Amino acid sequence: MSSLLQEVGDRALQLSVPLSVQLDLTYRCNEQCIHCYLDHHDHGEMTTAEIKYLLQEMAEAGVFILTLSGGEIFLRKDLFDILECARSLTFVIKLKTNAVMIREAQAARLRDLDVDSVQVSIYSHRPEVHDAITKLPGSLRRSINAIRFLKSQGLKVIIANVLMTENAYDYQGVRALADELGVECTLDPTVTPMMDGDRATLALNAGESTLRSVFRDKDVVGNVEEFCALPTAPDEDSMDSLPCSAGHTGCYVSPYGEFYPCVQFPLSCGNVRQQRFIDIWRNSAQLKEVRSIRLRDLSGCSQCAHGVTCSRCPGLAFMEGNMRGPSTQDCEKSFARTGIPSVNLLAKKKDKVSPPRLVQIQIVPGVTGGRLSATGGAAAAVAS
Amino acid sequence: MSKKLYIARSRRIAARKLGEEMLIMAAHGSTLFTLNPTATILWQAADGATPLDELVERRICTEFQVEFEDAMRDAEALAEDLARHGILLLSDEPITNAGLALQETR
Repeated sequence: MSSLLQEVGDRALQLSVPLSVQLDLTYRCNEQCIHCYLDHHDHGEMTTAEIKYLLQEMAEAGVFILTLSGGEIFLRKDLFDILECARSLTFVIKLKTNAVMIREAQAARLRDLDVDSVQVSIYSHRPEVHDAITKLPGSLRRSINAIRFLKSQGLKVIIANVLMTENAYDYQGVRALADELGVECTLDPTVTPMMDGDRATLALNAGESTLRSVFRDKDVVGNVEEFCALPTAPDEDSMDSLPCSAGHTGCYVSPYGEFYPCVQFPLSCGNVRQQRFIDIWRNSAQLKEVRSIRLRDLSGCSQCAHGVTCSRCPGLAFMEGNMRGPSTQDCEKSFARTGIPSVNLLAKKKDKVSPPRLVQIQIVPGVTGGRLSATGGAAAAVAS
Repeated sequence: MSKKLYIARSRRIAARKLGEEMLIMAAHGSTLFTLNPTATILWQAADGATPLDELVERRICTEFQVEFEDAMRDAEALAEDLARHGILLLSDEPITNAGLALQETR
């Protein structure tokens, strides 16, 4: 992060200003990605008028960076109407899209609206892998074409890749594709639970050996030695540090007007259809609770060597059951980086050790018989 | 008598007031600028219709009790600097909406 942006973030924190907001315009999507955390059915999206009113409220509250995402934003027929409104309110506008509906005309309009950046999801450089993840045949070809249209208009494009079991070997290919297209590339190693709490998608997370290998790739992490450095225990000053910007200088609004600290933190703080945006930001009891949490309040993490350097996501911790607890996925990433297990991982390992049995079964040498030989393998395992 | 200088905010920027300062990002280049409280006042008053010397006299000298010559010199330097980054437009004539659109397409 540039020092000026850091300064601005600190100033916004001091003034309690929501500097950055992600607004999802729809959860509907033309792709059905296997790792997606959303329910794609429309349960009553905000209307054009409601969204414009919300944008006005956000501008008045001091929101500077507006990220429009979904679902697929281009499924909203009023997208350009919304973008024109956002432009007139002088937001920094960032878009997240799969881009399959962007052609020359759409790219030109985005340029005219001075959109700051367009993030496009690409999961592999190989159509058979990407299209199997999105479940939309031809989607890789269409997304790449769209990136070319956007680039030809001079727009800043960022390829966003999510690392998972299905594409674990393709991230370097995606980076090469990004280089060829002349765009930036990011890699997110975390598949999150569904917003309704269903954790089935977590099975798609890349395993430890993949993470270890990715975290030692200088093209991904930059300085490997620094990135994988052994952690230093938190000192007294760092005990008062904040977990992240969620709810402090940033927040998230769903297509139904629900207000959350972050897109990955489904703790409802209010609804902009019933309350003013600024009133939720200032007065929500849930947000106040999120804001009150410091490193010293985190069970396990405050005693963990990774406490300061960990990428712990409070939203993932919340979805795991405790916003003041650890996020196991981040513990696993810290372990893959450094080889040092977190306090949480050690506790989980300890919990997994079988309790002592009251009856020890041992094979008596030289004794064989129908009953004993039938269970001998298991008995031997227990005895050892 | 020297020529009047008119200033107008570019429409191709993102801007938001944060406390007493103004955050500005040029449309292309993703470069972030922050304006201090004095520069913010000038920025907000840059309507394309009021000459810079009048803005300085009315909005800066009275509010901050500074000499006109000093304030004017600083204001011109600021205006030229912001114009170089494409976030403020300068002209020796009043800047209309049409003029703004024309300059922004250059």
